[in-house]
Amino acid sequence: MQIHISSHDGVPIYLQIVNQVKYLVASGRLAAGEELPPIRTLAEQLLVNPNTVARAYRELELAGVVTKRRTAGTYVSDGASPLARRERLKIVTQRIDALLAEARQMNVDTATLIELIQERDEAMQPLEAAAPRTKEK
Amino acid sequence: MRSPEFLFSDDVIEICGVTRKFGAKRALDNVSLAIPRGVVFGLVGANGAGKTTLIRHLLGLLQAQTGSVRVFGLDPVQEPVRVLARVGYLSEEGDLPGWMRVDELMRYMRAFYPTWDEVYAQDLRRQFELDPAAKVKTLSKGQRARAGLLVALAYRPELLLLDEPSSGLDPIVRRDILGAIVRTIADEGRTVLFSSHLLDEVERISDRVAMLKGGRILFTGELDEIKQTHHRLTLRFLDERRQPPELNGVLSWEGRGYIWTAVAHGRLDDLALAASAAGAEIIDQRALSLDEIFLAQVGTPRLQPEEV
Repeated sequence: MQIHISSHDGVPIYLQIVNQVKYLVASGRLAAGEELPPIRTLAEQLLVNPNTVARAYRELELAGVVTKRRTAGTYVSDGASPLARRERLKIVTQRIDALLAEARQMNVDTATLIELIQERDEAMQPLEAAAPRTKEK
Repeated sequence: MRSPEFLFSDDVIEICGVTRKFGAKRALDNVSLAIPRGVVFGLVGANGAGKTTLIRHLLGLLQAQTGSVRVFGLDPVQEPVRVLARVGYLSEEGDLPGWMRVDELMRYMRAFYPTWDEVYAQDLRRQFELDPAAKVKTLSKGQRARAGLLVALAYRPELLLLDEPSSGLDPIVRRDILGAIVRTIADEGRTVLFSSHLLDEVERISDRVAMLKGGRILFTGELDEIKQTHHRLTLRFLDERRQPPELNGVLSWEGRGYIWTAVAHGRLDDLALAASAAGAEIIDQRALSLDEIFLAQVGTPRLQPEEV
């Protein structure tokens, strides 16, 4: 499981784990039914206090993202899809907020920003889809 | 719980009103601290803040001039053998006998500790890639730190005291040391007290922290609690300000004119109330790293940079 912890941005570490697991689930990189690493393993991998990982898993369980099975082990919940959409939008909204704040600081207005987003979107289209458009130009 | 003294308290470490002077200098000034079993406790502070002096009291190397020190309910000066048998200690200097070979060092240490676990010790030696035939003094700084860690862990002490364990070490050795701490806690729920000026390490592995400055505890508490009660706030004032405004809870100010940024301590609701009373509105708030909190609380420009 790809998780990266930063001690510099101020977000509590358990929350960084929660957010990134949610992100991995929302983006489909963690599939329903997949097992999360044991607390101890993840703690050693991330070099964080095992209590912190345990807390993150508890929060994820409360949010319905993961389920603890009786025998042991934490698994991505099956019915995570309606929540996944909400989470996806929430994650994107957070990114947009950050982008807006930065744009404002650099005196880039919202209209220009939207233009830029569309431009970048076109640039990121898969080659086949983008090819006819580039030819027209 | 082996010792009957332990029935009275679940605190592995109890420091009560300890003051320590070296000449005229107060190295510790009325310090009180209780650390319960199973907690990872981070002691932070600039060089000379009193971290090492505090740890030396716990090891029984210094006697409290006033107040009392108890480890496992025992006075470490009166009963050093009973205390130290259950304490693993690693210092920045790594005061190991340089003339010994690694295998000799392990045999030597094993003789002192009835709880020495030879299988575990050999595991650690292989994991740390320590050559048993190498003389301690010929080891690199990182390898010496690993050797020090090995002999501090191999008898599975109930309390691990680490004094700047990763200071001046390269990131790979630091990883080993942090990893060993994480495994120690995960394995047995043991108590760890470690001092560091590398606050990202402290933030990663501590349950609780105490900040020392000039021998005094500036504040102490659960790391989560400390993080939740410190904020970076951006405020917009109705009128232009030349001087940073007075606001309850604010530790430091930056800015000019209408927009000011504050590092503040307190509940957000209270801070918002105080702000509006001062004619300002909070337009942005974000969490702070422990490093930023430390700088705001201590009020010094920079910590000692990590030596290269």
